[in-house]
Parts: sequence; structure tokens; C-alpha cells
Amino acid sequence: MALDSKVPKGPIKDKWTDYKNKINLVNPANKRHIDVIVVGTGLAGGSAAATLAELGYNVKAFAYQDSPRRAHSIAAQGGINAAKNYQGDGDSTYRLFYDTVKGGDYRSREANVYRLAEVSANIIDQCVAQGVPFARDYGGLLDNRSFGGVLVSRTFYAKGQTGQQLLLGAYSAMNRQIARGKIEMFNRHEMLDVVVVDGKARGIIARNLITGEIERHSAHAVVIASGGYGNVYFLSTNAMGSNATAAWKIHKKGAYFANPCFTQIHPTCIPRSGDYQSKLTLMSESLRNDGRIWVPKNMEDVMAIREGRKKPTDLSEDERDYYLERRYPAFGNLVPRDVASRAAKERCDAGYGVNATGEAVYLDFASAIERYGKEQAKIHNIDNPTEAKIYELGKGIVEAKYGNLFQMYEKIVDEDPYKTPMMIYPATHYTMGGVWVDYNLMTTIPGCYCIGEANFSDHGANRLGASALMQGLADGYFVLPYTIGDYLADDIRTGKIPTNSKEFEEAEKAVTDRINFFINNNGTKSVDHFHKRLGKVMWDKVGMARNEQGLKEAMAEIKQIREEFWKDVKVPGNANEMNPELEKAGRVADFLELGELFAKDALMREESCGGHFREESVEESGEQKGEAKRNDKDFAFVAAWEYKGEPADAVLHKEELEFKDIELKQRSYK
Amino acid sequence: MSGFLKSSIGRKVAMALSAFFLMFFLIIHLAVNITSLFSPDLFNELSHFMGTNPLVQLALQPVLIFGVVFHFVMGFVLELKNRKAIGVKYAQNNGAANSTWMSRNMIISGVVVLAFILLHFIDFWIPELNVKYIHGDMSGLLPDGESYRYFEELQHKFVSPIRVGAYVIAFVLLGLHLAHGFTSAFQSMGATAGRKKTMQQIGKAYSVIIPLGFIIIALFHHFNH
Amino acid sequence: MNLTLKIWRQKDSNAKGQMVDYKVTDISEHMSFLEMMDVLNEQLVNTGEEPVAFDHDCREGICGMCSLYINGEAHGPDRGVTTCQLHMRMFKDGDTITIEPWRAAAFPVIKDLVVDRTSFERIQQAGGYISVNTSGNTQDANAIPISKHAADEAMDAATCIGCGACVATCKNSSAMLFVGAKVSQYALLPQGQVEATDRVMNMVKQMDLEGFGNCTNTGACEIECPKGISLENIARMNREFLKATIKG
Repeated sequence: MALDSKVPKGPIKDKWTDYKNKINLVNPANKRHIDVIVVGTGLAGGSAAATLAELGYNVKAFAYQDSPRRAHSIAAQGGINAAKNYQGDGDSTYRLFYDTVKGGDYRSREANVYRLAEVSANIIDQCVAQGVPFARDYGGLLDNRSFGGVLVSRTFYAKGQTGQQLLLGAYSAMNRQIARGKIEMFNRHEMLDVVVVDGKARGIIARNLITGEIERHSAHAVVIASGGYGNVYFLSTNAMGSNATAAWKIHKKGAYFANPCFTQIHPTCIPRSGDYQSKLTLMSESLRNDGRIWVPKNMEDVMAIREGRKKPTDLSEDERDYYLERRYPAFGNLVPRDVASRAAKERCDAGYGVNATGEAVYLDFASAIERYGKEQAKIHNIDNPTEAKIYELGKGIVEAKYGNLFQMYEKIVDEDPYKTPMMIYPATHYTMGGVWVDYNLMTTIPGCYCIGEANFSDHGANRLGASALMQGLADGYFVLPYTIGDYLADDIRTGKIPTNSKEFEEAEKAVTDRINFFINNNGTKSVDHFHKRLGKVMWDKVGMARNEQGLKEAMAEIKQIREEFWKDVKVPGNANEMNPELEKAGRVADFLELGELFAKDALMREESCGGHFREESVEESGEQKGEAKRNDKDFAFVAAWEYKGEPADAVLHKEELEFKDIELKQRSYK
Repeated sequence: MSGFLKSSIGRKVAMALSAFFLMFFLIIHLAVNITSLFSPDLFNELSHFMGTNPLVQLALQPVLIFGVVFHFVMGFVLELKNRKAIGVKYAQNNGAANSTWMSRNMIISGVVVLAFILLHFIDFWIPELNVKYIHGDMSGLLPDGESYRYFEELQHKFVSPIRVGAYVIAFVLLGLHLAHGFTSAFQSMGATAGRKKTMQQIGKAYSVIIPLGFIIIALFHHFNH
Repeated sequence: MNLTLKIWRQKDSNAKGQMVDYKVTDISEHMSFLEMMDVLNEQLVNTGEEPVAFDHDCREGICGMCSLYINGEAHGPDRGVTTCQLHMRMFKDGDTITIEPWRAAAFPVIKDLVVDRTSFERIQQAGGYISVNTSGNTQDANAIPISKHAADEAMDAATCIGCGACVATCKNSSAMLFVGAKVSQYALLPQGQVEATDRVMNMVKQMDLEGFGNCTNTGACEIECPKGISLENIARMNREFLKATIKG
């Protein structure tokens, strides 16, 4: 099947408006005869469910947590971008569009990104109307902050909990519709398969996680909004339950999976402290505005620190290697996420990591405290301030800016980051890849849509800060409700989809068989055992830097782990009860397939771009020597994979990317 | 209004309103009694006024009785509902980690105060009713017909160390009840938002001064008759 | 360190539960409390026993999924943290740790340490929203200025994560802090005024229907709340409720 992105004709700035003017609509009286299933209730799923219900469709929403409010969108800290130009600093729809395409290293679809930039301003209006308490200035108007990779202040925020507040906004809109009976909410339910009838997605099979009951749910369309697959690495900043099962199931039923190798490794996370570690915690990117990143210059100091004989504060300035400032004098500590992450890995691989695991670098606020302290002393007219006074004044400023993050760090690590530098290390954070969708956000299964982080998205090969929230809400509030109507207009006379068809029966049987297999397998190793092994292979060979040999090994090793998993996994308990181990088993089984496709995609993409860095593809000379080298001639396409049984047999379909409104350029941060 | 009293907040508001009245009454009561420390005559005058003024006797007194009964009945109604709301009890619960003993045991301090009020009824109020309304003696005079009886009766009551002891204990418990109840009542009325600290300080002072006043009076007369 | 754990085990909502003792060894002080529970569960799976079910998800203190009453306190002995942020350095080698589910009639146990908090959902559905449809032409976000002070206070109320520690801690299993936080957030913002009367009446009514207890103002909820939601939100809700009652 040839990929048709269905991008409307015409100039980029008119595409979305023209499209909306021409699509088919469903009459309000008919909408109540149409059912839509939404899987996942984060920013994308929650906003979509609420909006579709407001329009009059009957929505069934599914979440594996006990409430829609707990979806992992809630953990987003920094903010949400919108081209409002409230600061009057020259922002515009075009600039947001441009920054997003450039930040994504030119691997996203122009028309989608432009539409995203276009509706971004509506999101802020909508959220304020819902009562989202965005930060305001003293005049009572909305405040903005700036984020990495851009030259304007366009990020709206609610303290360090923007994701939480936006999600609670969408959740409140959902609640209103649940109370009206327009959304039927299924908490503690997990989708385990999609049902395709006559080539169209017509329902899902879900498991009630409390009773273990397998349920059939039918609808005229199915929307997958189940988030990213970062947990393929075992350790990530994702929630423990975040999984790729819904996305992977539709892939197996015909939806192409695009660019799985585009994964964002976030540079500022709290490092792993031991093998028991269950997840990694992100420290907001904003810390890099004031923190300086370094490791010791000399190996003896590294050893002394690891063994506790020296403290980082014992090292003088010339014993420290501020490697980002050294390598990237222009951007210094503020290089984009992918660059900062790889630089940390490079130093740690060379043996300069500063904690027991050898995977940590310092993020030091001492100079910021001193700088702010001196500034404050001047402001307060203090002549010849003592060092203690400078420290006190400076600490006050740093505390006002990052107090909650410092406190969080101290709770986790038990060290005072005001006194001793923080330790950080990169961690998997966001997946730009995902289910391939066309301009309508429809997958290659008719009637099956995919939105938010779960789709291959508008972020190309790298996502800019504060853009994930924007995309999730844009898809859910303002894009999908239009595009899905165009499809559903043909379904007004279809009537209720029966759940007693043979397609539902077969799908349910496959699900039940697999559950029974796990329960009866009587293996010897826990699910986590396999998940950790998978995570290690992914991190070591498909992590921040990848090469041909490693990727080939990774594919073989993952296959091996998968085979062992099916032979030897042990799932205690029963199928017909709450059984967290059983839930995990199903999710890890899917990760074990996805991981291999991930490596295959990375192997195919013989270029370095965005979050994907191939050691073979670096600039060999000139000013950019050693930096990532993109290959636009051969790889300016979306890699959409078709399922063919084994992940290794997946077939590649290319969607060539055309850049008519933006000129392709090399990113430089030197 | 019945709907209001069925809601949890409505009941707490009613609890607070009756508490305000009772707390106001305590101030008046203490103000009158305190005069007995320095001026038996003033005490007698005031007591006689309170005991015979028709407005006080026929309007305020029934309201007071209603207030007391209501506060207690509602207290028990709330307690029962709360017990039902708990369900299974914790095997280990460390209430002291996050709240004061007073706040967690209002029902205990309340029951002790209730017992005290019963004693007080028997001690002062029933004999008073007996004299005034059964015997019809509204004069407030001693049998000698010359001076008021109130001060002497007061002194007489505090001869027994057991009774004084019971009074002291009851007032300590009242103090504990007030130590939480004062701010709690304002909180239930929504009056603490934005000025919690001030309310807490006033509450602290109130819950110490009122019971202490009564205790001093009891002890004073015990040692000075 | 080595620890003895006393954990509530209960097969399902209908079964009778009981406290069961377990031993865990070699626990690092850098582990989070839930990682310690992971160690226990891995141990149980390996010995063929059923692992202990407990709710958790984000493990960074924001989703509100984790619960656990640890040594008599919601989210354990530390302050301003959820159970997933509680670290083992708060305990000593040889300690016995009691771990129970949230207890409240309105939070029935589903299994082991997992409780059903959908009563919170129904309270939110009763009025925890502003009735505004999604539309591409809502008025501009800056059309109504909101004072920084009001916006900040609304934000403080809105940081509630709905974990239920307030109910679990309350000697009366009252949900006033949870409901008060939501009512407050909207009461402080101009957008919330239109529906203020109905909102507070309906949410309080639903709260009572769910069987939560009355607020005795002990303040325990505020202290155990991992997000430090202030008791003033309860006072504000009381005021809103009175205002709504008088308005009718």
C-alpha cells in the first residue's frame, strides 16, 4: 500500500482553513447515533474525549489508571508553547512552525506542523476559559518564559506543574461530559486488541483490571491516545505503567509504525543509584539556564570523588572540565537536549563519571549563586559584601527560581544542591516516533486514529521543550474533532456495531489465549527480569549513540530475550482477578517486539539526526568536526514500518518529506 | 433549612453557631462570677438581675438551654456519622504526628463538660428553680430578709474539696475543648480564610482565660470562706 | 538494612483481610519506599507467592496514584512527599514497618493495598468544572486580567493530586480538603463565578452521599497532604457554601 499523507493542496497557511471548509460534517441529530472509543486519557485522549462528547458523539474512554487525571501528561513540568506574541517579541505562527521543524531536524511533515502552530493560540484561550491557573504578571496578564532552541518567549506555564494543570483542565471537561452521560468512562481498563471489521476499526477488546473480565466494546471509530514507548528502555522518566500495548496492537492489525528510532534522551535527570532503580526523575531543563555542567579534568580526582576521598567542591576551577562550554562556546550549557545528552555520555564513557555507577556529571550552581549574590549586593547598596553575604543573597535568588526542584533533588539524593553540585545524567524521556498517521491523524487502518505522543507526530527527529503539551492538546481539542467527522459522515446510517460478530470473537479468543498462556506458563523468571535485560540492551546499543554493529547485535539479542521470555516467564496469580504481574507481562511482551523494530529502524537510518545519532555519520572536518551529520539526500523521509509477523521482517514504506516553506539547514551550536 | 441541616457543612455551621452562643454565654457568666472575688455586693446585684429579669429568664435562658442541648445532640449525631465514615480501623495510627489531642478528642472533652453541666444543674440551677418558681420566692433574699443570698450560697458550694476538684477537672477539660473549638467554630463558618494565625491566637487566649477564671473563683472561695 | 514488614493482605473486596509479616534484607537507604516494595514482590514471585498489590504509577509524586498508610501515617513519616518519594533512609536497620491501605468507608479495598477512590471521581463530576465547550473562538486568554495574587492562590489550590491522603488521615474520613481545594480554585477565579452556587452545593451533596465524614478541623489533612494544600481552602468552601445557601 502506498502511503498517502492526504495533505490538502494550496499554500501552507491556507491548507487547514480550506480543509475545514470543505470536509463532510455530521448533523447534530446524527452524532448521537455514533460511538467513538478513545484509549488513553492524557492530554490528547482526554481533550479528544471531552470535545467529541461535547459535539454529541457517544464516547467510551479507557484508562488503565483509576482516574483519567493520573495519565502521565500530569508529570510535564515546564510549559506549553503558543504563538500568542503577548510579549511583542516578534513571535508568529510562522516562527513557531519554523522553530518546530528546525528543532525537529527537518524530519517532520510541514503541513501538520504549520497546523499545530496555527491552533496553538486557541489552546491557551480554551484552557484559560476552563479555569487553568496559568502564571500571571503583576498586571494580571499571562506570563511567559523562554525555552531552549528558540529566540522568543512563548511558553505559558503554571509553576513547575503545567502538565498537571492542563490535564486537570481536560479532566474537568471530561467530568462534565461524564456527568451528562456523553462519556462512559472505563477506569482500570486496558485495551488489549483492536477489532477490525470489513477493513475498518470497529471496536476493541479490553480487560477490566479489577475483575480480570475480558470485555468487547464496539464503536464507529477508535482513537488511540496511549502515549509513548519510552519504557522500552525499562528505565525512563515515564510512569511505571506507561506502555506501548495499544499502539503496538494496532500496528499488528495493520497500522504502520513510523520512525521508532526517534527517541528523546533528556540531559537533566537524576542519575541511577543502583540496580533496584525503578524509574528516573526528570529535573526541569530550565536548570541549565543557571547551572554549569562539568566533570573533573583528571582521572585521579574522579577516583577520589567516587571513593569519597574528595568532594566536588574541593576541586579548583582549573581542575574542572566544563565540557559543554569547551565544545560549544556559542551555546555553552544551553545546547539542545540531544547535544547535551550525547556530550555527557561521551565524558562518562571516557571514564569521567562522578558517581559509583560512573554515569553522572555535575550541574553546578556555585557560579550562579555568586553572580546573583553580587548583583543583589549592588541592588541593595551593600559595599564590600562578605562572601557569606554574597552566598546568602545569591542563594535567595536561586531558591526563588528553582526551590521546588532543589527540594525534590534533596529528597531523592539526600544532598543539599545549594552546597554541593547536583549530579545529573541523561534519561529516556519522550518518543517522537510512533504510529504513522496522515494529515487527518488516521492510521493506515481506516477508522483508527492515533493522537498525541502515540503517533509519529509533528516533532520530527527531536522535540523542543514545551511542545509536547501543545501537540497533545492541539490534536485532541482542535484537530481530531474535525477530521474524524469527515470520516464518520459516512457512518450515520450504519447503526450500532454488533459485538457478536466473528471478528470480535476471534479477537477476544486471541486475547484470552495469551492471558491463559502467561498464567499457565510456569516459568522461572519474573517479568521484570526480562524487562531489565531488554532495557540494558536498548540503553547500551540503541541508546544515545548507535552504530551498525551494535544495532545488529541488539536485534539478535532482543530476539533472544523475547524467545526466552515466552519460554520462561513466570506470572503468579490468576487471570480473573487484579493481577499487576499479568498486566506487566503483556506490556513487556509488546516491548520485546517493539524494541527489535526500534533497532531495525535505527540500523536502516544511516544518518545522524535529532535524537538519532549514528556514530558512522559525523562531520569529518571543519568547524563541525565530530558533530552529527544529517543526510537529507537519502533520508529525508518518514520510515513507516508494516508488520509482517517477526519485527525483523517488517516492511519499510517511505513517506518522502517535502520542504517547500523552509530551507533545510545544518544545525550549529558552536 | 432542613436540607441545610442534612448537609455536612450545614451541620458544622449549626455546631459553630451554637458554640458561638455558648462561648458568648461563658464570657457573661465569668464576668458576673468574677465580681464575687472583690465585691460580694456587686455579685449579688448582678446575680439577682440575671435571676429575675424576665428578658434573661424567659428569652435568653430557653435559648441557652436549647443551645446546650442542640450542641450536644448535634455533637453526637456528627460523631455517629463520622464513625460510620471510617469503616475499618487502622492497625497502627499515629494521630499525634499531625494533630493535637484536643482536636481528636472533642467528644471526650465534650462528654466531660456535659457531665459537669449536669452537676452544675443539680448544684445551682435546680435549687434556684425550686426557690424561685416552686416556692415562688423571687426576692433573692436570705431568710433574714436583709441581704441577698447569692454570694453566701456560692461560698457554701465551694466548701467541699471534692466538688472543687470536680470543678477544676471539668474546667481543664472545658479549656481543652475550647482550645480546639474556638478556632474550629470560626473555621466552620469560613471566617478563618486569610487570618488563621490571628484566630488561633485569640482562640488560645480565650481557652486559657475563661476556664482559668472559673477555676480561680472556685479555689478562691474554697480557701476564703 | 534488614526490615520486618507487616502488610495488609486481602484477596479481593469481598474477602476478609489480615496483616501478614514479611522480611526483606539488604535494603539500600537510597531506595524509594516503593522500590523496597518491588524488592519484596520480586522475592515473592520467585518463591511462588502472590506479590503484594499496591497502586503506583508516575513515581515522581504527581500522579496521585500511590497511597499506603505507613507506620500510622499517610505517605509515611516524611513531610511534603508521596509514598513514591519517601526514601528508605527515613528508616533504620531492624525496623518493623506497618503498611496498610487507606481506610475509609468511601474508599473500599479492592485488593491488598489498593483502594477504590472513584468516590472522588463522582464528586468532581458533580461540579468540578467550568461549563465551557471547546471552540476555536473562545475569548482571548488575556481578555480578563486576573490578579497575580488570585492566580497564585488558585494555583496553590489546584496542585491537589487527588491521592486521598487527606481522607486516609482524617479521624472522620472527611474529604473536605479535597473538595475544598477544587471549590477554592474556581472560587478564586472570575471564570468560576457563574456556576459558583451550583458547584459548591452539588459537590458537597455528592461528598455527603459518598459517605465521607464531617470536618472536625483537626488540621491533620493539611500536614499529611503531600502538596501542602492549605486548610484555608476548607474555610473558603464553607464560606462559599454559606453564600450559596443564603442566595438559594
